[in-house]
Parts: sequence; C-alpha cells; structure tokens
Amino acid sequence: MLRKHLAAVLAVGVVLLAGCSASRPTAGTSSSMPMPSVTFGSAASATPGMPGMSGMPSMPSAPAGTASTTGSPAVVGGDEVSIDNFAFAPATLTVKAGSTVTWTNHDEEPHTVAATDGSFHSPGMGTGATYSHTFPTAGKFDYVCSIHPMMHGTVVVTG
Amino acid sequence: MTTDPKTMTRRQLIRHTAWFGAAVGFAVVGGEVISHVAGASPTQHAVGRPTLRFAQVSDSHLGFTGAPNPDVTGTFSQAIDQINSLGYTPDFVIHTGDLTHLSSPDQFDQVKQMLTKLQTPHIFTVPGEHDSVDDAGQKYRGAFGAGTRGDGWYSFDIAGVHVIALVNTLNLKKLGHLGVDQLEFVEKDVAGLSSDTPIVVFSHIPLFAMYPDWGWGTDDATQALSYLRRFSSVTCINGHVHQLFSKTEGNVNFYSGTTTAYPLPHPGDGPAPKPVTLPAGKLRDALGIREVSYTKGQTALALKETRLQ
Repeated sequence: MLRKHLAAVLAVGVVLLAGCSASRPTAGTSSSMPMPSVTFGSAASATPGMPGMSGMPSMPSAPAGTASTTGSPAVVGGDEVSIDNFAFAPATLTVKAGSTVTWTNHDEEPHTVAATDGSFHSPGMGTGATYSHTFPTAGKFDYVCSIHPMMHGTVVVTG
Repeated sequence: MTTDPKTMTRRQLIRHTAWFGAAVGFAVVGGEVISHVAGASPTQHAVGRPTLRFAQVSDSHLGFTGAPNPDVTGTFSQAIDQINSLGYTPDFVIHTGDLTHLSSPDQFDQVKQMLTKLQTPHIFTVPGEHDSVDDAGQKYRGAFGAGTRGDGWYSFDIAGVHVIALVNTLNLKKLGHLGVDQLEFVEKDVAGLSSDTPIVVFSHIPLFAMYPDWGWGTDDATQALSYLRRFSSVTCINGHVHQLFSKTEGNVNFYSGTTTAYPLPHPGDGPAPKPVTLPAGKLRDALGIREVSYTKGQTALALKETRLQ
C-alpha cells in the first residue's frame, strides 16, 4: 500500500520533471559525437533498410489505398459463409460437389480464406468484400484466416 | 501485468526516471525505488548523447478506413512529424510491421514514400501479417526486402549493439512463427558475439506469450531466445498488439509498442482483437511513438513513450 502511494507520488514527480525537461534540449543534443555507423553481418550486395530524408523533394503521396473488393461476385442462391466477430459462420458448411461457396467479411478487420491443404486462398478481404470458390469434388476442406489463424472453418463437399 | 498507456509500471518508472537522468531529484523521497534508480545510474550524469538512440513506430495500417480511425494516413504522418521534432536525430527508426492494412501495391508505395520523410540515417522494417496477407510476404520484400536474408530477416551492428530483425508473420498456424531456417540464422548470427554485447530483437508479433488465444505469441520463440540466454542484455521490441505492455523473463525484457492507427482491446477483453472505436477526441491518447536509448555500461535500455499530439 505504502509502495503504491510512493509510486504515485513518484509518478507525479516524473510528470513534473518531464514537463521541466521539455523546456531544455533533450538527451544531450549539444554533443559533438558523430552518429554511429551501421555494419551488416551479411555479405549481401544490398543492405537492409533504407535511408531517411536527405533533402529530397517531397513527392505527392499516393491516395490512400482502398481495400479492394476482390473475388467473384456473390452467387445468387449459392452457399454462403459469413465472417463476423473473427469467426466463420457456419463453421462447418456442407455442400454438394460442384457448388460455389461465397464468404463475406462483415468485420472491420480484413480476413482471408486459406485452405489448410493449399487448394484455395483468397486475397485479403476488406470490410464487405466477398470471395467465392467452387468445389468440384467431394471431400473435407479445412481452412483458416491466414491473418488470424485462430479462425477455423470447414467445407464438407458431398458427392 | 498489463500496462495502461496512461500509467506506468514500477519498472517503467525506473526507466523513465533514468531517461531524464533525474535520479537526484527523487533523493528526498527515499525508499526502494530510489535505491534502484541510484544503483542503476552511476553513468547517467555523464554529459552527452546516449551511445545509441532510436525511435519505434508501428502498425500504421495504411489503407484502413474503419470508424476507429478514418484517417490512418493523417495519424501516421503525425507520428513521423513527431519523430522529426524530437530535438535530436535518432540513429535509426524501426517500423515493427503492419505497415499496410491489406498488402496492396499502392499501400506499400504510400507507406514507403511516407517513411522516407523521416529525418534519420536509417529506416528499418519488419513485416506484419497484414503485410503478407496473400503472398507470403512477396510484395513486402519487393518494397523493403533489399539485402535481407531468407524471408526478410537480417541483423546489423550499431554503436556496439547487435540488432536482429525477425519475420514471424508467415506460415501462421495459430501463433507467430519463425521457422527452422530463421532459428538457424539466429543461432549462427550471435555465435561469434561476446556475452556482454547488448542484443536488440525486433519482430512484429510478440516473442513472449502475451495472449495466445488471440495469436499474441510466437510458437517457436523459446528456441530463438535460448540462443540469447548467455547475453547479459536482451531487449525484444514488437508491435502487433496496438498497446503498450512490458514483461521481463530472465535476462530478456519484452516491450510491445503501440500503434499509429487504432487501438485493440486489452488481452481477453471481449471475444476477439477487434479494432476499438474510442469516444471522440480520445483516439490520439491511444496512439504514439517510442524512443529507446542505450548508454554503454548499462544493462537496461531506456524507453520513453509519447502519445500522438
């Protein structure tokens, strides 16, 4: 308890000090020490990273990328899987061979539909985006969201 | 141990105090905290810059357009301006991943252009899972992978500190994953270093089990960290979780950084790590940048967290 109080008092002190220190140069800016150099271990021809601003004219920024709605349009009457709250619903969907399944992402987070056996993989699906895949043959297809692999789903295709 | 961005743990307090080199100011308070600070600060009175100082920015999610932050370009730009206004030039700036929201070519173009406005000699990155959504990181490496090894990992030495940048967002099963090739890289990479070399490790997903139910951990991190066990100072810095958090395990200090885009819930708060919409005017309190400094002769690095202003 006493320690908690102490910590609180100290925290206030730190805040005050932080305020004080803001009025003077931070972290020894007057030092004449040179910037340290970077040495890369690998013998690669190029080096990782990139240089920062060095007086280059600033280029106009590209427009903010919008999440592209990719995949085929939803099939009317097709089999649907909804993505809500980081879950596939239904988690297990049973369809007949030859069916097209359409996933729709209702989350603000992007998701993907990625078969565990690698047989299909959607692009990143932004909010409202759909992805469709046709299952020609019978089988059990497990998939995950490759961004949030704790999300699991299964499509069971009957003959 | 969660860390609310507005408060600080005792450890952070100690670091924070160390950052300002103001141990003397607390002498009147006395108590345990002071003895720690005093014990840790023999070299803090040295005038001049720290041996190494760098800034971290993370999870810019360029391309995100949801209600939690309708202007991620604006907030990322603000973070860059804030780093450019630190009053000194950081030796490098690290972006710990989720540069983009959906790995689209225009999002990579945009984030690259914005990063080059940072006033620093070096800009480094590691990929987030949002940067490798559908191509196992190919577009990411096209933009940022020059000179890296394997799937984009690398290391370098600066001011006597050995820095390792890892990729743990590929081949995800549930948690972050490094893979055998990368583990071998880490083992060989540090083999020739003396044990008093300070090690800094960057990754996107935490290398500690912050909240495995949401994928906030790395399944083979223990193996990587075993190669670092003999070093006296190991600091692991990550993004991904969009909130400040710190943890110490043995010789390793872990620090999760915040985001410039939108907050995520605290671990286990709700069913899923969904972006959080804060009340109007509160968003910037959850976003921020981090400064890190290392002074030769000290084991712990000093961290300073600053909210977006």
